[in-house]
Amino acid sequence: MSRFVVLVLAILFELTAAAQAEDPLEIKIGYLRRPQQQETISLVQMPSPDNGLAGAQMAVTDNNTTGRFLNQRYLLIDMHLKTGDDPAAAVHQLANQGASLILADLPADDLLTAADAGKADRILFFNVGATDDRLRQKDCRDNLIHTAPSRAMLADGLAQYLVWKKWVRWFLVVGSHERDRLFAAALTRAANRFGAKIVQERVFKDTGGARHTDSGVVQIQQQVPVFTQGVPTYDVLVVADESEVFANNLPYRTWDPRPVAGSAGLVPTSWDASNNLWGGIQMQNRFTEQYKRLMTALDMQAWTAVRMIGEAASRQNSADPSVLLDFLKGPRLALGAFKGQKLTLRDWDLQLRQPILLTDGRTIVSISPQSGFLHQFSELDTLGYDRPETQCKLQ
Amino acid sequence: MQTAMIGLKLFAELAKSKQRVRVLTFGIVIGLVCPASAFTAYVSNEKSNTISVVDTDKMETVRTIKVGQRPRGIELTKDDKHCLVAVGDDDTIQVVDAKTGEVTANLPSGPDPELFTLSPNGALLYVANENNNTVTVIDIERRVVLGEVQVGVEPEGMGISPDGKILVNTSETTNMAHFIDTDARKIIANVLVDSRPRFAVFKSDASELWVSSEVGGTVSVIDPIKREVTKKIGFAIPGLRSEAIQPVGISIKKDGKTGFVALGPANRVAVIDGTTHEVKKYLLVGQRVWHMSFTPDEKYLLTTNGLSNDVSVIDVASLKVIKSIQVGELPWGITITKH
Repeated sequence: MSRFVVLVLAILFELTAAAQAEDPLEIKIGYLRRPQQQETISLVQMPSPDNGLAGAQMAVTDNNTTGRFLNQRYLLIDMHLKTGDDPAAAVHQLANQGASLILADLPADDLLTAADAGKADRILFFNVGATDDRLRQKDCRDNLIHTAPSRAMLADGLAQYLVWKKWVRWFLVVGSHERDRLFAAALTRAANRFGAKIVQERVFKDTGGARHTDSGVVQIQQQVPVFTQGVPTYDVLVVADESEVFANNLPYRTWDPRPVAGSAGLVPTSWDASNNLWGGIQMQNRFTEQYKRLMTALDMQAWTAVRMIGEAASRQNSADPSVLLDFLKGPRLALGAFKGQKLTLRDWDLQLRQPILLTDGRTIVSISPQSGFLHQFSELDTLGYDRPETQCKLQ
Repeated sequence: MQTAMIGLKLFAELAKSKQRVRVLTFGIVIGLVCPASAFTAYVSNEKSNTISVVDTDKMETVRTIKVGQRPRGIELTKDDKHCLVAVGDDDTIQVVDAKTGEVTANLPSGPDPELFTLSPNGALLYVANENNNTVTVIDIERRVVLGEVQVGVEPEGMGISPDGKILVNTSETTNMAHFIDTDARKIIANVLVDSRPRFAVFKSDASELWVSSEVGGTVSVIDPIKREVTKKIGFAIPGLRSEAIQPVGISIKKDGKTGFVALGPANRVAVIDGTTHEVKKYLLVGQRVWHMSFTPDEKYLLTTNGLSNDVSVIDVASLKVIKSIQVGELPWGITITKH
């Protein structure tokens, strides 16, 4: 009798142990990036080598904390492309390692190559870095979600605030590189949408040379007032210089005493290390403790992408990219990302709806959408290309 | 009224004893000092680093107590003698003498405490520590940490079952309600709820647990035995976009028949039928409503309104907002004396 009991107990124990040891659902996420080593004018804004990646890593840790309770395990595979490496080959390599979800911090053309290369393997991509509007417009893809805000969203977020301030006469200064012109185009579109007027536009030519020199400040102090002289009356200097050639040299040096906004001064962004609103301080603390540096917008965009995956996988108990995409596109997604409201996806171009923070680099000055900019569906859709304006045909 | 009745009861019961004369005097003194039905509400003001002391009879702020930095979670000890307030930026929970308004001690709460709850016997304090994903158990009397429980990312809401055996903690980024066995100090179940769960409370008969999800915009009704969500309460207010509806604080009447949910930037409190879980009414209160507390007679429900720096008083019987009381800057938590 007692032996029987022992036997039964032993079997029960085995069964329980087996149940507990059931293999966790494994979710492998690739992180595909190309080095974009960029010198910044400000020494304190130089990107760290793990810029973006650290945000993804932290979200993987967060997902695994949740995964502990749900028997899910998240893994991140970092893949660093060197100059000349083919993004398509890297995608196949990640697919061979079992990654069906890939975060990409790549320039627009590389990103499209990667997304198209991943179609056969049904890989779902998250664009965490590229702000190009064409990726949400005519070059959109049905396997490419954007957590990075588009240039149009950033420009609209800034424009709403400037218009609310009644700083509606803009002096637009544009850098001489392609991406500077793209941001300038977004700013011009925003001015037209929200009722600002560009009183004059000037191009600041990149003539080469180092950004950091021992006595450069003396020259800059002489050059900027001259460059900004003789402009018709304006309220604010709006600058498009994604290439980091000159924008941060403008504040306090303009001929007329005017504030600067855009690529310097008051900057629109998805995240800033000074954001302590809506529980953001917890996020900043966690990040700083782990990575010994401040959290950037790229970190946040990567964190958000991995959290979207975690949110979908925990609700659907699946790692299948098409199941996850269905959930993410649908009405049930309500992502918490320290932005004071739930974040959702635009189903027409797979762009994440999100408020735009306006920061001077030390504090959050304001958050757009500004009150009074109304929308019949979501005020967040006053930022960027709205459904009726879209040229995107998801395929 | 309540105080007078307690005084009388006390007198009647103890009059039989030898201390008759002393008690008699005590009863009369109480009757004289405290006007009928006057309870005291303590409101934590997140921005001004103070507690506003509100007389619920006069319906006005009668005193302001200076405390540490960023006071949020606030509870009275069971004997009403001390007010415990989590001062997040000072990484502690301060013990404030309710009578003198002096800070008499600091509890070892762990970093950045926000919300906490007391065990039903009043001896233990359970604190959510958002920075290191733990729930800390503190012996209030001895002021020592008894243990920690590892939970999900950014623990926040804390609800305790009426018998004290189950503690429920919500984690904001993990989006779960963790059921913790308070004896073993171990998680025994996890229930997935909507995004950013912030507050958890049991009905007084332990038949239901309600959890609010701030970003998800819902309240999950959970069966505490089966530990599964049985109903999700949603909210829809004409003219308000859904992103603005952010449920935080919950107060349920003792009889379990009516629940109140503070909807944050929607500036409204939803009145919920406790049986059918249907929304019966939305009451317009001040801006950015956070937390709420009943007077012990459940005649009034007081709400803290973060952006308008006031407390709204809801008449529970008529379901009307009858008064606004000015308090400090960014009022957040509220607790009301039981006696």
